[in-house]
Amino acid sequence: MVEFSLPANSKVKGGHIHPGPKDAKSRKTFKVYRWNPDDGENPSLDTYAVDTEDCGPMVLDALIKIKNETDSTLTFRRSCREGVCGSCAMNIDGTNTLACTKYIADVKGDVKVYPLPHMPVVKDLVPDLTHAYAQYTSIEPWMKSSTPAPERERRQSPEEREELDGLWECILCFCCATSCPSYWWNGDKYLGPAVLLQAYRWIADSRDDATGERLDNLEDPFRLFRCHTIMNCTKTCPKGLNPAKAIGEIKKLMLDRQG
Amino acid sequence: MASNDGKSGGGVQRPLSPHLGVYKPQITSTLSILHRMTGVALSVGTLVLVYWLFAITSGPEAFAQMQSCFSSWIGRLLLFGWSFALFYHLCNGIRHLFWDAGKGYELETASKSGIAVVVVSIALTLGVWFCAYTGVGVL
Repeated sequence: MVEFSLPANSKVKGGHIHPGPKDAKSRKTFKVYRWNPDDGENPSLDTYAVDTEDCGPMVLDALIKIKNETDSTLTFRRSCREGVCGSCAMNIDGTNTLACTKYIADVKGDVKVYPLPHMPVVKDLVPDLTHAYAQYTSIEPWMKSSTPAPERERRQSPEEREELDGLWECILCFCCATSCPSYWWNGDKYLGPAVLLQAYRWIADSRDDATGERLDNLEDPFRLFRCHTIMNCTKTCPKGLNPAKAIGEIKKLMLDRQG
Repeated sequence: MASNDGKSGGGVQRPLSPHLGVYKPQITSTLSILHRMTGVALSVGTLVLVYWLFAITSGPEAFAQMQSCFSSWIGRLLLFGWSFALFYHLCNGIRHLFWDAGKGYELETASKSGIAVVVVSIALTLGVWFCAYTGVGVL
């Protein structure tokens, strides 16, 4: 359902101001979304000043610095700090990206940091991805073959392997899905760009024999066809992939098989 | 499939993270919502078209009343809006046809085609109104 405003319990109210070090050489202000499940309060936007001369270049570096030095209660996911794990996906400066690959210097003015949009919040910058993962499971993201397993690996020609370029690189950070207005309003039924790109990754795989079955599973007014080519997904993908194009390819296959 | 009702294990009602209010408008999404809005405007415009046809067939008095409605400044403003809506929806519809054929998904192409759609639909709108004022002269 389309609901433009946030529910009463989700409205962002007030927030603490942490002034940071007085002798800071180069001060950058971070405004960070906070929500604590234990105090019964609404979410707030806390302000932290960080000395960027004394901090790594990425937004994640600043968040870790804040957690280490200013406010140990700040909660966020992070792991690889080099853009391959997808844990630190969040909304920074108005678009979704990975905190570990986003330069602080690329943000003009205050750095606003929110969790991935339109998701239930577990705490602070940690969204609940349970539903998104369940949707990922629903496309059965594994190879299905009708032929018996060969003694060694199933082979692909270089051309067949090339079909998977731009698809296998997806790290399932869900930046794209949570940038999509269609996923915001219909995410309960619409699979969203991340999961659909993964669906196409298996459809496009020459070793997979379940293309018909996979397309049957997507033949639905909501699961696939809530994509209206808004293209926020492609615009925001921190890995430079093109989920909109992958979805377009699935739509084309749907038409082709109808003759 | 897991429920998405925003309840955590402990029964705490989880907030929904901000979305429309914090996401920066993108050229992609702005043109997309404009396509939707012009589509809605054209649906209403179809009703106005029906009124126009009724007025024509209902005799000179109804026709004169319709004519005075549409030639007032607000009537002209609305018609101007509708003509832009028509051209934008038409041009962007053609853009959608290319996407449906699997073409034009690259970010740079999508931005350029979006700008082209806006420029062409403004040009067509102005062109039609220029013709209406200079050529036909009935408005």
